[in-house]
This record gives sequence, structure tokens and C-alpha cells, in this order.
Amino acid sequence: MSRNIALIDVNNFYVSCERVFNPKLAGKPVVVLSNNDGCAVARSNEAKLHIPMGAPWFKFQQMANEQQIVALSSNYALYADMSNRVMRILNQFSPDQEVYSIDECFLDLTGFQHLDLLQYGQQIRHRVAKWTGLPVSVGIGASKTLAKLANHCAKKRSEFDGVCDFNQLSPSQLNRLLAELDVGEVWGVGRKLTLKLKAQGIQSVLDLKQANADTLRRQYSVVMEKTVRELNGISCLELEYAISDKKQILSSRSFGIPVTDMNSLVESISLYTSRAAVKLRRQHSVARMIQVYIRCSPFCSGEAFYGNSLMVALPMASDDTRVLVKHALSALKKMYRPGFNYAKAGIMLTELQPKSGQQQDLFALNQEPKSENLMTVMDVINNTMGRDTLQLANQGFKRPWKMKQEHKSPSYTTKWGEVLTVS
Amino acid sequence: MTTRSNTHGGRRVGAGRKKGSVIKEPTTVMRIPESQKPVITDFLAAYRCRQSTPLQGQTMVFERPLVAPAKRSWPLFSSKVAAGFPSPADEHVEKRLDANEFLIDDEEATFFVTIQGYSMSESGLLPGDKAVVDRSKNASIGDIVLAVVDGEFTIKLLAKTKQGGPRLLPSNQSGEYKPIEIKDGMQFEIWGVVTGSFRRFK
Repeated sequence: MSRNIALIDVNNFYVSCERVFNPKLAGKPVVVLSNNDGCAVARSNEAKLHIPMGAPWFKFQQMANEQQIVALSSNYALYADMSNRVMRILNQFSPDQEVYSIDECFLDLTGFQHLDLLQYGQQIRHRVAKWTGLPVSVGIGASKTLAKLANHCAKKRSEFDGVCDFNQLSPSQLNRLLAELDVGEVWGVGRKLTLKLKAQGIQSVLDLKQANADTLRRQYSVVMEKTVRELNGISCLELEYAISDKKQILSSRSFGIPVTDMNSLVESISLYTSRAAVKLRRQHSVARMIQVYIRCSPFCSGEAFYGNSLMVALPMASDDTRVLVKHALSALKKMYRPGFNYAKAGIMLTELQPKSGQQQDLFALNQEPKSENLMTVMDVINNTMGRDTLQLANQGFKRPWKMKQEHKSPSYTTKWGEVLTVS
Repeated sequence: MTTRSNTHGGRRVGAGRKKGSVIKEPTTVMRIPESQKPVITDFLAAYRCRQSTPLQGQTMVFERPLVAPAKRSWPLFSSKVAAGFPSPADEHVEKRLDANEFLIDDEEATFFVTIQGYSMSESGLLPGDKAVVDRSKNASIGDIVLAVVDGEFTIKLLAKTKQGGPRLLPSNQSGEYKPIEIKDGMQFEIWGVVTGSFRRFK
């Protein structure tokens, strides 16, 4: 019996969130910019004609003004809340859900065979649209890889009306459809793999489906073999219900203004480290290594460029903000060179391990229980009274280097002072 | 010989500043209405309290944050058995009242907005009130709705014209607010149904 796996995602998620609370944006070309208004990370259909994905904004700003494209800074507080709403609504349609990213999830609909799944998919679309105002597309297939492709067809081809079920197509109909799709559309086949596959004559998704799985495993990897099997309707990738812990935690931002002084770098590195430490504690892990980097802007021609990064191994794995910040700053002090305009800084916690069952060090000082209590209290206060209610002083307070978010919409759903005002 | 009374001049019992007084500055005598005596007494007690603490000026109160207790599971058999008299209230433990439960039916579909102006005052929606908007509900005639008309949000009563088209009515008889007729070519959408509201006084 073949599986029924659905992939549901929100169309142009960030832009769609903005439109729910600002109806004037309907039908207008809109882009959402990444942190610091750097690149276009989401585009409405009207804007896709003019703006490539990931386009650096300063190159397109003038053209966007001429075309009357609305540019918004990313409002992650809003997107995260809307995402949670969507995921919980989708969970009402199947108990087996894998939240794959902020705007897409897999649902296992095997066992729903008695229903017309096209109709069920329309019910899903209708409920999410009514409850949240967000448009979603539904793709259904016998494997995760096919569900992804079905979702692509549901979005791109109007004849499907937002729901595409590969399992309701005859084998010849499905193959005709797959022959029209570029092999680069397959889940997990990136740009480099696409070029290699095309060089050996595999152009369409159908070509890949009909390729020899064993040969491809020898040429590429076992992942490629699984992809071929998945395209043939053999499900090899199970849904992952539990969110697996992160193997590394990254926190970095571009600065809103060029930064030259050590003090601003100290503030920003401290802030990013403490943000990462909160995430680290949330997944009950400790970090053994911390990597710190600073760099100038690669876009400023004529200016001297300097960039550097350093790894520090902690004497013992820790989740204490103070310890992590101390080591991050020692790395920063080694790297800092005066006389440069720094544009970006960041830190990464790596070599994460579960907090329980740590190997203690016989000769070094182990993390004190006091530290754990302090961190717990800090997290609880910041959870209930707002971020940075308690913070290390060297994270700074004014933060003139903070990223630019000149066109951010209000936090419509997460701050009382910023909800819609209606007369 | 007459003995001179010793009642003139010199120290008198009970005169002067009382022992243990914490008022560390010159004092003065003042007539006050008798009815206000308790108020003044309370004031002085509070003043003395402030004076006697080592922190000059304001007393500071530190509250310790409560660490939310983690969910605990108890073993089925525990070596200790509580052997006290069982509380007669044990069987009657109920969940404490929760305002969210009263105001919200579907959390996923519920949003809050702030009311501006008096157009809905007769329905009890005043400026600054938070209105609860539920998108999962279907609007019927007579409901208060959050609608979008030509890209603008408005909260009004949903009504019908004689021809059966939608009409939005204010809830205010002053004549200051006009009904909104939805004509052909106008963009109109019901964003959600207003199911309740709340406000704070202090």
C-alpha cells in the first residue's frame, strides 16, 4: 500500500504575513528584506518579475522605487507567531506532523484513504486561510520527495487550484508531469548536483526517476540513491516528529553603521553570545567550542578589507552566559585590528553535548551549581518580563551599531502597544 | 514657715522629647481636628518606620522571581505515606478562573485590536478598549465585525441593505458616524468577528 504524505507550505510566507495586517499591500509588489535590510528574502508574485531571490538591496533600491515596489524589514516576531498558529491548525488535520521549517510541514495522511484527499487538501487550505489569512499550497505524494514536487506543482500550476495529489494521477500522467520539471526542482538536488546530473544527460525529474539507483549511489552517495527510490514511490525518509537538537548555534548580524571601535564590537559580541546561550540552555545542551568572527563589508570597494575568525576551546563545556562571553571576548581581543570599518560580527557555539551526563574534569573547576541557578533565574525573568530585562552590562544599552530595520511593521500579535488600532 | 511648693520651674515629668523617638530633627506642636487624629497617627507611624530603617529615604522591596515549577511525575509507590487527616477540600480542587478561557474560543484564530473613536460606543466599545477578534467564526447579520473596506480596517455592526448587499452600521446615535454602504467596485472583506472586549482602569 503506498503512503500518502502531504507537504503544506505558506505561499510567499513573510509577504503574506505582512498583507494580513496591511490589506493595502494586496496586489502590490512587496519584498521583505533580510536583517539589516540587506537582501530580498521574500517576494510577492508581483515583485518576482523584477527582483531575484536574495538580491542585495542596495543594487535594486532605485529600480524598486521606480517600480513602486514596497520594501519591508523582516519582522520575525510576527512571522514566528503566525507560523506557530499555522502549524497548530495543520496539526488538527493529522496527528503525524513534522514541522520542517518556519513555513512548511509534512503531514502523514496514510490511513486517510477513505477520504477524498483533494477535497481534504482544499479543507486544509480553506481553514488556514480563514483562521489566519495566509494562503497555503498542498502537495501529496507517496514519499516526502514526491510530496515536495507535488507541492511545487500545486503552487506553480493554476489548474491544480492549490492542491496536487500525485497519488490520484495515473502512472503515465505522473511521468508526463515529471518530464516537464527540471531536475533542479528535486528536494536535496542543489545547484552543483544539478550541473553534474545534467552533464550526464539527466535533465528532467523523470530522467532522474528512471536512472539506475545503484549506479547513482556509486557515483554520488546513498542520499542520491534514496532520492531516486523516493521518486519511484518507495518512501525511504520517515517523518521526524521530534525537533532534533541543534548541532551548532549561530548568532550574527550586520551592523547598522560601520563600526570601528573595540567597545562596540565588545557589546555586539556579548549580545550575540548571550542570545546563543539562551538557545543553548533551551535545548539543555552545553558548548565546548565557540567561534568568533568579525569582518568588513565586501561591497565597499576602495576601503581596506579585513576579516578574521577564531575558535576557542572552553576548558570545560558550559551553558553559562558569563563564561561563554568571557571566552568570546578573549578571541575578539586577539583578532581586533584598529583602523577598519567593521560591517558584521558573529559567534557560533559548536561541539554541543547534552547537559546531563557530561564528563567532569578531575583537575579543572567544574561548573558550579550556583551558575545553573543564576542562569535559570535569568531565563525565567527574561521569559516573563521581556528579553534583556536582566543582561550583562557589556551587551550595551544604547547599541548605536544595532542593525537597521527602517521599514519594520509593528509587532501586531506580540506587543500590546503595537496591535492594530481600528475605528 | 511656709514650705515653698516645688511645682514651679525645673524639670517636669513627661516633658521634652520622648525616649526612643527616632525623629532626628526639631519638632513642632500643631492643633489638628480630632477626626483626623488616626490619619496623623498612621502618618507618623509610617514616618518612624522609614526613619528607623538603615536605608535613608525610600525603603526598597525586593521580590524574588518564582521559578516556574517543572512538571513532575510521581512514583506510583512511594515509601512515605502521608498519614494526616485528609483535607475535606481535596475532592473539590478546581482549576482557577482564567480570563483567556472566558475571552478566547480558538487561540490560533484570535487576534486583538485597540479601539479608536466612539463609533461603537453604544455596543460598549470605547477608545482604548482591546477588542477580541476571532477569524474562525462566520459572521451573521447583527454581529460586530472587523471589516476591510478599500484597504482600511473598520469595526462596525454587520447589516444588510434592502437589495441584500452588505452594510456596516456604527453603534452611536449621535449622528456623527454614517453607515457605510458597500457598492459595486468597492473592495470589501470581513477580516474577523468581534467576540468580546476588555479594558483596564488602573
